Amino acid sequence: MKTFTVFVKKEFLHIFRDRRTMLILLVMPVVMIVLFGFAINTDVKDSRVVLLDHSQDELTGRIKEHLLASPYFTLAAEADEVSAVHRLFRENKADIAVVFGAHFTEELTRTGTAAVQVLTDGTEPNQASIRSSYVEAVLASCLPDLLPPGTAPAAYRIEPVVRMLYNPQSRSEFNFVPGVIGLILLLIGAMMTSIAIVKEKETGTLEVLLVSPLSPFVIVVAKLVPYFVLSCTNLMTILLLSTRLLHIPIAGSLAGLVGVTVLYILVALLLGLFISTCAESQLAAMLLSLLLIVPTVYLSGLAFPIGSMPVALQRASLVFPARWYVEAARKLMIQGVEMRYVAGECAILAGMAFALLCVSWKLFKTRL
Amino acid sequence: MKAKPVIIAQGLTKRFGTFTATDHISFHVDKGEIFGFLGANGAGKTTAMRMLCGLSRPTEGTATVAGFDVCREAEQVKRHIGYMSQKFALYDDLTVYENLRLFGGIYGMGGKAIREKAVFLLQELGLATERDTRVQALPLGWKQKLAFSLSIFHEPKIVFLDEPTGGVDPVTRRQFWELIYRAADRGITVFVTTHYMDEAEYCDRVSIMVDGQIEALDTPSALKRRFGADTMYDVFLRLARTARRT
Amino acid sequence: MNQPNYKLMIIRYLIEKEFKQLLRNPILLPVFLVLPVIMMTVLPRATTQEVKNLHVCIVDHDHSTWSARLVHKLSAFPFFSSTWAASSYREALHHMEAGRADFIIEIGPGFERELVAGRHSRLRIAVNAVNGVQAGLGSSYLMHLVADYAARLQAETEGTSGHGAAGIEVVSRCLYNAGLDYKAFMVPGLMAMLLTLIVGFLPALNIVGEKEKGTIEQINVTPVRRWEFILSKLVPYWCVGGFILAYSMLLARLAFGMVPAGSIGTIFLFATLFTLVVSSLGLMVSNYSDTTRQAALVMFFFLVIFILLGGLLTPVASMPSWAQTLTLANPLRYFIDAMRALYLKGSTLRDLFPLCRALAIYAVIVWTWAIVSYRKH
Repeated sequence: MKTFTVFVKKEFLHIFRDRRTMLILLVMPVVMIVLFGFAINTDVKDSRVVLLDHSQDELTGRIKEHLLASPYFTLAAEADEVSAVHRLFRENKADIAVVFGAHFTEELTRTGTAAVQVLTDGTEPNQASIRSSYVEAVLASCLPDLLPPGTAPAAYRIEPVVRMLYNPQSRSEFNFVPGVIGLILLLIGAMMTSIAIVKEKETGTLEVLLVSPLSPFVIVVAKLVPYFVLSCTNLMTILLLSTRLLHIPIAGSLAGLVGVTVLYILVALLLGLFISTCAESQLAAMLLSLLLIVPTVYLSGLAFPIGSMPVALQRASLVFPARWYVEAARKLMIQGVEMRYVAGECAILAGMAFALLCVSWKLFKTRL
Repeated sequence: MKAKPVIIAQGLTKRFGTFTATDHISFHVDKGEIFGFLGANGAGKTTAMRMLCGLSRPTEGTATVAGFDVCREAEQVKRHIGYMSQKFALYDDLTVYENLRLFGGIYGMGGKAIREKAVFLLQELGLATERDTRVQALPLGWKQKLAFSLSIFHEPKIVFLDEPTGGVDPVTRRQFWELIYRAADRGITVFVTTHYMDEAEYCDRVSIMVDGQIEALDTPSALKRRFGADTMYDVFLRLARTARRT
Repeated sequence: MNQPNYKLMIIRYLIEKEFKQLLRNPILLPVFLVLPVIMMTVLPRATTQEVKNLHVCIVDHDHSTWSARLVHKLSAFPFFSSTWAASSYREALHHMEAGRADFIIEIGPGFERELVAGRHSRLRIAVNAVNGVQAGLGSSYLMHLVADYAARLQAETEGTSGHGAAGIEVVSRCLYNAGLDYKAFMVPGLMAMLLTLIVGFLPALNIVGEKEKGTIEQINVTPVRRWEFILSKLVPYWCVGGFILAYSMLLARLAFGMVPAGSIGTIFLFATLFTLVVSSLGLMVSNYSDTTRQAALVMFFFLVIFILLGGLLTPVASMPSWAQTLTLANPLRYFIDAMRALYLKGSTLRDLFPLCRALAIYAVIVWTWAIVSYRKH
């Protein structure tokens, strides 16, 4: 036991001595949480609107006033012709254009209906749809203002009463925080650990350790312990920041969340061990971990909903531990479900841990 | 009349914070000399050598190498010296010939000159068949000989060797020193640090550093006489015992 | 030896060496060939924020003709991939908590009766809003559908069909990406990210690798100048960058038929400037780091920030103003903006001049910095 603690201490020293690495590992989660909490969101606001008015009368003037008075729109320019609209789009100076035809007012007063054309910059499709739906909403709300009283017809109305569950204000950080945890723990577990082990391989010190009377198992565990502690520290930082700073409540059981996370940390560390048995150089270890981390970002539902992917990719996502963790963490943290609802995810993570342990243990023994 | 010395150091000092690695050392080395630079680990040999090569700036004192000031004209100095570090430092993912070509090129040799000289040199080293082998595949002794040949490939005035024979067998060391003699015969000044006292005997003159200062500097035979010792090994032990830093 | 010739030769030998090392590395070549394939053909399909394949659970307490028609209409809704029926809200909520439902639609017991009598009825919709975008867009689609259904019912009962309700009809046309294809949005952005990964990350590991091996000492005692050394390190990555960009443009064309609307020359101009910036940044990091691990981690840290604040995943315009100011220091932001505008909108160099100028200034600064921060002492 004493030799074990000596080894763990040595490992800690390696980490502490490298101040810069240490600093980044501790600061990274803070920066990511702050960025995700305060900077990154998908709200559509201040859309820059171009107005192209061929009617130029009192009525279109009032509609334009309504549009610009809404919090969603700011005026980019008043254009005279469509080519000017295109130019503004190409220069990235406008997001949406509202076009009133020459007979707009005449038609509206004569028949009670008239059309406006909305042109959107469709580069980002969701933003484009949301912007045009905002225009619709503004126009619909100002309609009673425009028509003479009594002309608005009564209609069958089915009023949808929408309730946003778990995240009533639709804050994007609710969705992102579990993903950030999943990513950072993977980074420390897989990348940092594998590089640390491979480095000892490169410098030959691993051989020195392995010929010592200690069992290889103890050596490997001692190597993993500091990274485990580091991971737990980061988990704590993230949870504290997200509850205190971002005011994201932990809706479910904290113990359950921590438990699942520890299981995930274990999987990440074992992944690191696995990579280190495959890689011969630090560069190789790094590239292999990147090959794991980059697809994880995209395929595990951290940022992009798995449900929107083609079926083949949905299947592919099944092999990424982060996918299961993020799902479980979201359920526990945001939705606040009971533990039994995440039993499946836990079982899969445990299975992955076991499989990785067996495979890397076998490789570790034969390769060294 | 003797020619001007190729290395002149005066009060050369390097401090790292409060620690004085090299403490006001002064000496000179003549052209064509094999100058042994001895000292225990941490005595300040490597620091002194790095200053002479223009790799590190002296805190105090001056030195000229090949007639150039190491502070103000470091880049000029570099043009006239060769250097072989204690860590094997050739590109091991390049072949033997590619390494020669790279360093020859860096020192401004033309393609034709490099090719001709490489043929001759590889012959001399007995490495002709390994011309296109990647350096990582060579045994250590060969790598070391290659590294030395490379450091004098561009015919520098002075070559600095930092513990060049670490970790190689006695036979290879012998061959290595033959290469050094051959270089010295061609007029290349050799500045070499070493741990091996038998190697110290091969040098024309030897300086011994203790705690950042030069404690003795003379020919091996004169040193042995002065300390009443039979071998350089004994000379070294006497001096090294006075050291406070280890 | 005459002097100018001599200088030119040095750089030639150094560049030759860098190329050999780059191409000889057993891992890098496969990475150059495979990574673009993954990023150009697989990731665009994965990185979609499109709202589709939603799961909906319907609780119909009314069991009337009109409610059944609504249920039918909902099941046919293209955004819903599966519809469940539940007998109570509790049961539906259970489905949601188990991850089997994103939407719960509850039709109250008096749905049809209320509509006939008071022409006004309510529909309760509960959304799993963990993913806010999906919840917001999904429910707005759903509201359209319900409004449509109400209009249909009215038209049927009153027998009026031609003349609808008074109002302003919005005819919406989406320019540059008519199919509202999310892939079209992601592909140019992913190209930018791919370049950043390859041309930013690898230089960061390069000098540090020479430091660890000790070969840099051997170079430092030679008369090689700082700029020569740095330039020889960068040139191979610029070539690789050019190759990677051309390769990924080809892949985008083969996989999705995407061809840039703007000029290819302008794309390469931007890519050259951007490559200059990120490769110099990589070398800067390398100069300041002592170990490979440190360099990799620092680079990773900056890349994460660049990507998050670069508008790759979420629009820059949605950020608060302090964050938008920060993005001005982010080279990736300019490049992503330019790539998207060039690929989708067909912008010209004149349209994008401010972006081009910003990148050029950036390039000059970091390139100088990379040279100055490389110490031979």
